[in-house]
Amino acid sequence: MIPGEFTYHRPSSVAEAIAILASHGDEARPLSGGHSLIPMMKLRMAAPEHLVDLGGIADLKGISEDGGTITIGCMTTQHELIGSDLLADKLPIIRETSLLIADPQIRYMGTLGGNVANGDPGNDMPGLMQCLGATYVLTGPDGDREVAARDFYEAAYFTALAPEEILTAVKIPAPPAGHGYAYEKLKRKVGDYATAAAAVVLTMTGGTVASCSIALTNVADTPLHAADASDILTGSTLDASTIASAVAAAEAITDPASDGRGPAEYRTKMAGIMMQRALARAAERASA
Amino acid sequence: MSDIEQIPVTVTVNGKKVQRFVEARTLLIHFLREELNLTGPHIGCETSHCGACTVEMNGMSVKSCTLFAAQANGAELTTIEGMANPDGTLSALQEGFRQMHGLQCGFCTPGMITRAHTLLKENPNPTEEEIRMGIAGNLCRCTGYQNIVKAIQYAADQLNQPETQEAAE
Repeated sequence: MIPGEFTYHRPSSVAEAIAILASHGDEARPLSGGHSLIPMMKLRMAAPEHLVDLGGIADLKGISEDGGTITIGCMTTQHELIGSDLLADKLPIIRETSLLIADPQIRYMGTLGGNVANGDPGNDMPGLMQCLGATYVLTGPDGDREVAARDFYEAAYFTALAPEEILTAVKIPAPPAGHGYAYEKLKRKVGDYATAAAAVVLTMTGGTVASCSIALTNVADTPLHAADASDILTGSTLDASTIASAVAAAEAITDPASDGRGPAEYRTKMAGIMMQRALARAAERASA
Repeated sequence: MSDIEQIPVTVTVNGKKVQRFVEARTLLIHFLREELNLTGPHIGCETSHCGACTVEMNGMSVKSCTLFAAQANGAELTTIEGMANPDGTLSALQEGFRQMHGLQCGFCTPGMITRAHTLLKENPNPTEEEIRMGIAGNLCRCTGYQNIVKAIQYAADQLNQPETQEAAE
């Protein structure tokens, strides 16, 4: 389990990192927390000739708020997300989700940027970011461009990120105070990827759903924004028949693999169950 | 390739500053075991699951099989070899594992103790649930965890007694 040879780079600025990536094209890979890439390198399923460690770039860490938008630097670790008072106050679903990722050791190293940029359908943050309507800042030789999380994922490990770009930050519109939220993840054991998982954020007014956003994890090649299900629920009182049609709409967009986590039909059903549980908890938490 | 570039890695391990020249692809666990002869951190699964290779890096518990030595350049590391009290007596955690039978074969123990060390620094008075979630990244195939949890509780109790506060480090 020894990775192939590579040249190690540890730039101290984003510009320097991009210059290295741009000069090596497909042969270079950025390294953030490394807990997806290093295992792949040990298995020789990834063999970059140039590894660009982003760990020396201080600018890439941090969580800030500006006019209703929360910006999280790509190198912010899950451990830091869990400990953030700002997120606990404004976006508590991030803490709830982070605690369901891997294990403590991995959360000290694993970063938000790496989790969302890698394109692994098993990762939890991409679905959550779709649920929250987040935007990714992609920095390349020509500057920044922004891509919505809902448009970023093309297929497993294929994303809108170009080889010479770095996903430097995630911008999240803070949901209104009093919103309800829940991330429900079915997994076989601590540290496992989801058999199926669902993120729900909603607001309620007088017992009626005023707004709702739902996304699903690991039940397709990409995370899934369940827009139809969200639309069906908006304006409803979360009565049983409306929930049933929303669940059916969400299940209809899934296309999971049959694997060690269960046959495809089971995982689709579990996506529906996770969504129902997340809805129930989110509704309970929302202030009417 | 015969002429592989060697890069300098300087770390402070268990209070001692050391430098070695290694290949960029050298994993931290290999650096510790093979370059520094610190064989306390174990290689268990090599796939980031088992936690036997856990060491403390800059106050964080990390799996040293999933980190390049180069990434640790400049870091402060603590391994199981650095856990005993300065006078050589067992630390509260080590004593807890001994008193409460927190080990059987002992393979996971260096990772367990190193992880628990960081856990207790962050949360000196954990609940049983917090201990169990806190060591969720460390697998033990012998004990069923029961006595490991008790060992960590033992250490927490010891460290929370005023007269042993100084042993917390």
